[in-house]
Amino acid sequence: MSIFPDSVGRFFHRTASPPYFYALADRFIPWLTGILLILLAAGLVDGLYLAPTDYQQGESYRIMFIHVPAAWMSLFIYVLLAVMGGIALVWRMKLAEVMLVASAPIGAGFTFIALVTGSLWGKPMWGTWWVWDARLTFELILLFQYLGIISLYNAIEDKRSAARAVAILALVGVVNVPIIHYSVEWWSTLHQGPTVTKMDKPSIHISMLIPLLLMAVAFKVYYLIAALQNAKLELLKRESSSQWVKNLLEKSA
Amino acid sequence: MSLEIFLEMGGYGFYVWTAYGVTFLVLLINIVWPIVQRKNLLRQLLIRQKREQK
Amino acid sequence: MLAFRRRAEMANPIFFFVLIVTMFPLAIGAQPHLLQSMAPGVIWVSALLATLLSLDGLFRSDFDDGSIEQMLLSPQPLSVLVLGKIIAHWLVTGLPLILIAPLLALFLGLPEQARGTLWLTLILATPLLSLIGAIGVALTVGLRRGGMILSLLVLPLYVPVLIFASSAVDRAAGGLPVSAQLNILLAMLLAGLVLIPLPTSLALKMSIN
Repeated sequence: MSIFPDSVGRFFHRTASPPYFYALADRFIPWLTGILLILLAAGLVDGLYLAPTDYQQGESYRIMFIHVPAAWMSLFIYVLLAVMGGIALVWRMKLAEVMLVASAPIGAGFTFIALVTGSLWGKPMWGTWWVWDARLTFELILLFQYLGIISLYNAIEDKRSAARAVAILALVGVVNVPIIHYSVEWWSTLHQGPTVTKMDKPSIHISMLIPLLLMAVAFKVYYLIAALQNAKLELLKRESSSQWVKNLLEKSA
Repeated sequence: MSLEIFLEMGGYGFYVWTAYGVTFLVLLINIVWPIVQRKNLLRQLLIRQKREQK
Repeated sequence: MLAFRRRAEMANPIFFFVLIVTMFPLAIGAQPHLLQSMAPGVIWVSALLATLLSLDGLFRSDFDDGSIEQMLLSPQPLSVLVLGKIIAHWLVTGLPLILIAPLLALFLGLPEQARGTLWLTLILATPLLSLIGAIGVALTVGLRRGGMILSLLVLPLYVPVLIFASSAVDRAAGGLPVSAQLNILLAMLLAGLVLIPLPTSLALKMSIN
């Protein structure tokens, strides 16, 4: 910890204290919500209206503007879970535990979205609601990994132990993620032949790239907001008998 | 571009709008649910605190 | 050593393994061609399920009678003791599966040329299944009905093993080379031996508190 200047250390120490973080979250959320709405509006108008029609897939390709960012988020959040899990285990940081628990359902939500939108995108293209395409199969297994984390946390009564258990699980799970990715991709070429999945556009035109990136950033901002909301709830639950919560209640009464 | 043509999405209207709809719904739930739960919790804690103060 | 005394624990995975494999011809019909093409996958899924069922015996009895606390107090590092328990578990549950495999290959009409690969994949991968399962058990051993959650935690981790093992047997049945798949399984086994005992001991410590 000595490689960081004092001020950084103090910032982390303060932020890691639950009441400070709770207040900080309260201050940030309105701003983040404003940014989110602007990004969403821009991304949706661009993706649904301004971006040109794809000559191969017609208008159905527009699902890509939510499917791809959702898939990115599902992966991004899982990696975050592992990082927060590592921090929680090594430094026993309460806040890392809380953010870990807060982020899991959001990641699961994005994974679910990726699956549903993938299926809806594929139906007009492939004719069936489900194919064992490498990406969809990967997202399905990732969803199970998320559900495992959520179930394990809910099943263990002592929430500090539960958070540590889930931290271990996230770390183990994140090691599995690239292994699953490569093995499933290899597996899908075995059984389906080299069909290029229409979900990956080999080179994307800039008029389609911009809405995609807009939505990707919008989703990231959304994640922050949702994670902070979950974290506030989790902090309250954990610390309900502490002094700062009592003060909070006094003020609101 | 008329509203009808926009909603139709070149014949793929059902797929596109269901996809966007489901997405919107899931994201909405994931934000609203913790907010509602937190408000309930605060209310319960407040009631308990008032009872203890008597 | 204690594990061998509980003969029932040894027999159950074998019975389960054979029973599940038997279910398939009953369910999908006994056409030799169909059974043969599904044989590698069926045998491997059944092996997975049998192992999953047997995992309960890994740490639960130690948890119940307080042996885990004893293990914590012992001068030897917990990781070493954990690895020992996992190896013991494999001897009692994985090894019997390997021995009964030729019978199942017969039931499903697996071609002769794939038998050797079947053995090899089972030898390489069943210890890996015990290792990976151990983490799941360590995380859930304190739970009252941890069985369902255990499956949820462990099966996604089993997927790569399943893919490589069953495809190796499948390719061998078709006369194709399988060295790549076997090497991958070997690498996973070695990595597992080194990497898995530590998080498992961490999880056990957490479960006791």
